[in-house]
Amino acid sequence: MRLAINWFKYSAPSTFYGLAGKLIPFFAWPAAILFAVGLYIGFFVAPTDAVQSEAYRIMFIHVPASILSMFIYLIMAGYAALGLIFKTRLSSMMASALAPTGALFAFISLWTGALWGKPMWGAWWVWDARLTSELILLFLYLGFIALQASIEDPRRADRASALLAIVGSVNVPIIYYSVQWWNTLHQGSTIKYSGTSMHVAMQQSMFTILVACWLYVIAVALARVRTIILERESNTQWVKDLAETK
Amino acid sequence: MNKLSLFGLLGLVIRRDLLLAMRRRADVLTTLVFFVMVVSLFPLGVGPEPDMLRKMAAGVLWVAALLASMLSLPRMFSADYLDGTLEQMMLAPQSLTMMVLGKIIAHWMLSGLPLVLIAPVLGLQFDMSSQALWVLMFALLLGTPVLSMIGAIGAALTLGLRGGGVLVSLLVLPLCIPVLIFGAGAVEAVNSGMDAISNLSLLGAFLLFALVFTPFVAAQALKISME
Repeated sequence: MRLAINWFKYSAPSTFYGLAGKLIPFFAWPAAILFAVGLYIGFFVAPTDAVQSEAYRIMFIHVPASILSMFIYLIMAGYAALGLIFKTRLSSMMASALAPTGALFAFISLWTGALWGKPMWGAWWVWDARLTSELILLFLYLGFIALQASIEDPRRADRASALLAIVGSVNVPIIYYSVQWWNTLHQGSTIKYSGTSMHVAMQQSMFTILVACWLYVIAVALARVRTIILERESNTQWVKDLAETK
Repeated sequence: MNKLSLFGLLGLVIRRDLLLAMRRRADVLTTLVFFVMVVSLFPLGVGPEPDMLRKMAAGVLWVAALLASMLSLPRMFSADYLDGTLEQMMLAPQSLTMMVLGKIIAHWMLSGLPLVLIAPVLGLQFDMSSQALWVLMFALLLGTPVLSMIGAIGAALTLGLRGGGVLVSLLVLPLCIPVLIFGAGAVEAVNSGMDAISNLSLLGAFLLFALVFTPFVAAQALKISME
């Protein structure tokens, strides 16, 4: 007897809506708990840094936010490409659900970077290669969101923004390396992180918060995709039969 | 009806777009005047010290060229879109990619090439050396077509949208940053006594890379917008 599994069952918005609703607590609660644990370790267990004293602790937010802002762009572009190639509506919805969170993390990364830069480098902003490329990444997110917002037909919006995301992700490495090259050409590397290896508690805190951020992203993306599904499918019978829309 | 070769088609589209532009010369001139004006505003804003002007000349000219090319982007497809020509082009059995390439080349000849030709004159206002002027011109010659090509994708994606003009800049400007960096970097290299060849080679590489991919992507974008 062959066990027939319909792999594509949850690629339909109507079935995924319920599944996403059930999954959200499994990501949201661990995210909240890990945030609390990670921040506790970061603030109370991790020792004071020899070079940077207390100011380095913003790293526990800054580094996970930076990592995720870059990862989310790739995942978003991947979903957008799936939606463009296979015409799966849910993939495009996931891409548009991820975009605001990605932009948020890019913004948090820039903001905390500025707060960290002031005591360390003596300036809120320096044209460091990493800062500059993070800023450009934020621009790319904003372009994606703006394009989607200005097209009324959701299908055209999905496909147009998917093409933009793909072009953007091809361009991201080129931008990254050109900014790095530009930076080394203009100013010698004035900014170097101290090469000392990290304390174990610092690693634990950063890793815990990174996982917490991941879980948060998944929970928020699922919640947002649920509202997008409701908005786009509002004319269908299954939405009208839902308990929460009655 | 005789069969049209790919390059015959390319020539036909370029000739048609140039002819249309010649019938309405004001459009071409506005881009050029905008470029000259923006560049001339900088000394008024930052002061007339020749040392500083010489230092920032390449960056100012490049940023102005970038903005001028953004300004003319919405025109690339919109007239053909409004009078239905674009629809006929898409229905035609010939390659849409090639037609888009033709429109890109025509757009560059109308908005990029005049900037390349006038840039040395503006460079003199900034007291640039003759060697730097040559490099600037060559860098613009390699870089401005890339701006037109990347811009074509943005113009195709925003076709017929309200507020398309601002939106297209928002989409395209971040993608043009590498061209800006290496274009201005080439002049910078000459000024600091280094060889500009590495910057120019990279610009050339961008040009070839964009030439291969962007007409196809812009054609896909047009298909999405025209559905």
